[in-house]
Amino acid sequence: MTTKYFGEPVRRREDARLVVGKGRYLDDIGADAYAAAFVRSPHAHARVVDVDVGPALDVEGLLAVYTYEDLTGPMAEPLPVLIPHPQLTHARTGYPLVKDVTRHVGEPIVMVVATDRYVAEDAAEKIAVTYEELPVVVGVDAAEAARVLVHDDVPGNIAARHHQETGDVEAALAASRHTLSFTQYVERSASMPMEGKGVHARWDDADSSLRVYSSTQASTSVRAAIAAKLQLSLEKVEVIAPDVGGGFGVKIVHPWPEELLVPMAARLLGHPVKWVEDRREHFVSSAHERQQRQEITVGYDDDGRITALDVLVWHDNGAYTPYGIIVPINTATQLLGPYDIPVYRAQVFSVYTNTVVVTPYRGAGRPQGCFAMERTMDRIAQERGLDRAEVRLRNLIQPDQFPYDWGLTFQDGRPLVYDSGNYPAMMAKLMALVDWAGFPARRAEAEARGRLLGIGMAPYVEGTGPGPYEGAHVQVLGSGKVLVSTGLTSQGQGHETVFAQLVASELGVPMEDVEVTTGDTRRFGYAVGTFASRAAVVSGNAVALAARGVREKALRIAADVLEVDASDLEIADGVVGVKGTPGATIPLRTVAVLSNPLRYAFDEAARQATQFAGTSDDSKPPVSPGDAPGLEHTDYYSPIRSTFASGAHAAVVEIDPATWEIEVVQYAVVHDCGTVVNPMIVEGQVHGGVAQGVGGALYERMAYDRDGQLLNASFMDFLMPYASEVPPVDIDHQSTPSPLNALGIKGAGEAGVIPGSAAIASAIEDAVGRRIAAMPISPSELYDLVRSPSAERVINSSPHETGAMA
Amino acid sequence: MTSTERTISVVVNGVPREATVPVRRLLSDVLRHDLGLTGTHVGCEHGVCGACTVLLDGQPTRSCLVLGVQADGHRVTTVEGLSRSDHQGGQVLHPVQEAFRECHALQCGFCTPGFLTTIAAGLDTRDATQPITDAEVDELVGGNLCRCTGYANIRKACRHAAEAMRAATGAEVATSAPGEEAAT
Repeated sequence: MTTKYFGEPVRRREDARLVVGKGRYLDDIGADAYAAAFVRSPHAHARVVDVDVGPALDVEGLLAVYTYEDLTGPMAEPLPVLIPHPQLTHARTGYPLVKDVTRHVGEPIVMVVATDRYVAEDAAEKIAVTYEELPVVVGVDAAEAARVLVHDDVPGNIAARHHQETGDVEAALAASRHTLSFTQYVERSASMPMEGKGVHARWDDADSSLRVYSSTQASTSVRAAIAAKLQLSLEKVEVIAPDVGGGFGVKIVHPWPEELLVPMAARLLGHPVKWVEDRREHFVSSAHERQQRQEITVGYDDDGRITALDVLVWHDNGAYTPYGIIVPINTATQLLGPYDIPVYRAQVFSVYTNTVVVTPYRGAGRPQGCFAMERTMDRIAQERGLDRAEVRLRNLIQPDQFPYDWGLTFQDGRPLVYDSGNYPAMMAKLMALVDWAGFPARRAEAEARGRLLGIGMAPYVEGTGPGPYEGAHVQVLGSGKVLVSTGLTSQGQGHETVFAQLVASELGVPMEDVEVTTGDTRRFGYAVGTFASRAAVVSGNAVALAARGVREKALRIAADVLEVDASDLEIADGVVGVKGTPGATIPLRTVAVLSNPLRYAFDEAARQATQFAGTSDDSKPPVSPGDAPGLEHTDYYSPIRSTFASGAHAAVVEIDPATWEIEVVQYAVVHDCGTVVNPMIVEGQVHGGVAQGVGGALYERMAYDRDGQLLNASFMDFLMPYASEVPPVDIDHQSTPSPLNALGIKGAGEAGVIPGSAAIASAIEDAVGRRIAAMPISPSELYDLVRSPSAERVINSSPHETGAMA
Repeated sequence: MTSTERTISVVVNGVPREATVPVRRLLSDVLRHDLGLTGTHVGCEHGVCGACTVLLDGQPTRSCLVLGVQADGHRVTTVEGLSRSDHQGGQVLHPVQEAFRECHALQCGFCTPGFLTTIAAGLDTRDATQPITDAEVDELVGGNLCRCTGYANIRKACRHAAEAMRAATGAEVATSAPGEEAAT
């Protein structure tokens, strides 16, 4: 009997190499490569008047210096707008190296190549760039005011006006029994993977081909971009994502300038070239996310049920829009959460500022959306004197309302239709897990200790697993080894393990026989990438389909050999046999050998498939028309639309009124991502997401000054959570399988981060009785808020009071 | 060898090694690029993240804050040196390496070598017969950054490793590691 793999907490196979230092990350490749370093703009907005490379030329070991003037053909054109959208009317992107005007601190102006990185930095330091400084736009408010333009030809700094609605929101608001309006802010954070970006390129002159390693989330598309920009035929470019030290979104953007410039230099110099981003470079030149101003108007009835919701989002997209308006579309569509909202309108102004580009960071606009919706729920509860949980329960979409069609368009260009879910059950689990009803007693106990205790909750719905597609190839070798490849990349999510579980289960082979390769265009050329919690959904289903194709072929061949009907056969532990009948069996590896009729016996196993072995039926050609040699199958999964995972978080914060230090003392998560392939890995994703949620709520903030200088571009100053900042996380699961795919999977990668700021803001507000309208919040900001006479006072109703006041 | 280079002798993972390196080269770069030990990872180059932690004469040390020449005459242990040969062509992992695998204490694996060296040093120098306390776990995992795991499983692995080492001493083993229930 084959061991059960699907749904089991199987140990990760990646870890065998990673715990002994045998991983292969970008900087572990190519010890002989030349090193690239960059001169980056020290100004947020400036005209480049002159670049004097002269003083660098004496540096021993310098090999090449490139400026914009050295770029030719498509390399001299702007970088691509990856995701065009009709409402992105003023898309702008930078050049691989700055042409004339730099628009944020950190833009690359000169690339230096030298014998090693130390020498390259020596040379870069000697290059003198003359700038004419220009006025600077920082923050959404300044962008909206538009006294200064980031791009001369973009009026009002507005890249896009995005607008979606489900009905006449103004009429619905006018007809609402109550309305309230408010404005709130979310600040910038960033993916901040422990490994920055990096590129290694090797040009093969004899073959006129290029092999590129990049620490990317999208190797197939990096390949296409390099081919286009360097004017190479696609088959002459290979791109491989090696072990990648975290992504969280920043590595889905491509091609980064360095992904084009390093291959260009490798080709020109005829020698491998490598660039490894250092931490400061990562802060000032890789993407950030999250800054928005949200203007919300909500209509509701006496019972706190929402009758209309109108949201205006000012979204800071940074200096350019390489990734289009995916992030604000996510905010606009995902803020609806698990609630049944009769009339809704979202308007987004995506605006330019002289700061690093804004592209998806885990959650990708959803945390801001959740913050908008959940703070709205809290306000309605406060205004109506209702328990905050009660207001949420009254507004939930009910289990019999699925599929729930919003009449909106999601970020994948497809209808926003919730496929399945059970939100009331989810909320009930959360309230039990965090003991919502028992909280007043805990608050009293904390007060007796001189501490302020507060609780908050935030459910969410997350669109996961968007298309257009992913594919997979599964092949059984004559050795019995099963090779699996998918073009989708991995950055620590355990795809080697999860996809091996799927193939072992589908094919009936031991998991140790399965080898998985991800993100290598030599092995699989068609893929989209790893983002939007889509790997398990889209690649997972593709891998399962490919394995089923192999199984079907194996059974067909085995049926011929065993002279039985294929439908009577099964595969278990890598052996094909007749169901319920011991005896007549054939190992899968033998089926693999027989699947490929041979002339030459290159090894002992191959003898069985050669032309005089007597295994071939003389009445038919060795390979039947329409068939192909080899026990392999390629298949694709293309979802009709996204699946919708859901969850609910609750946070309990304890605040010391002497220092205003905020400690998250309890964090509860209920999580529903449909069918789970490996619960250990899903829990790991939740844990990691929660840590980033806590970081985004209390610690992480990109501190730009008015001149567009990033003041905290180091790990000394940009505070990411250590173990001491992350609370223990209690997790309860629910599984509402997706009806949209055969495995019932919904995505899990981003979920943990989405409600963090919303739940923690609610808890802090509950503890201190002051309105929290901007996140993140530090102890000193909280101190100022509590002391400010103008701070809005807030009183939450306790659970046990709800009945009396409702 | 130029005037800005020195030849250094370092015992790395028990093996005497020599390298001629520029005096300004960081120990992390010497290990990775001159000695080919790429298991040590560089996450920030300013001593905060701890990914590059190695053991210098047994003490956890940020190799990005030490020059290679400063290691001259000293012993360095990297993640590659935590496991030992089983004398049959295989490797015996350090208990903390086993525990990281068992407890899913790593995802992307980039910060992992720094955690492993730090925790291994701590566990190897404590009284293994005593159950590990939460405060000890906090101390061992508290100085390194991880962006993937949220630390819960790193704490759990630390406890598991301590318990395995305690079991190996023959001390009475608890039915579950202390604090285990908080990390499930």
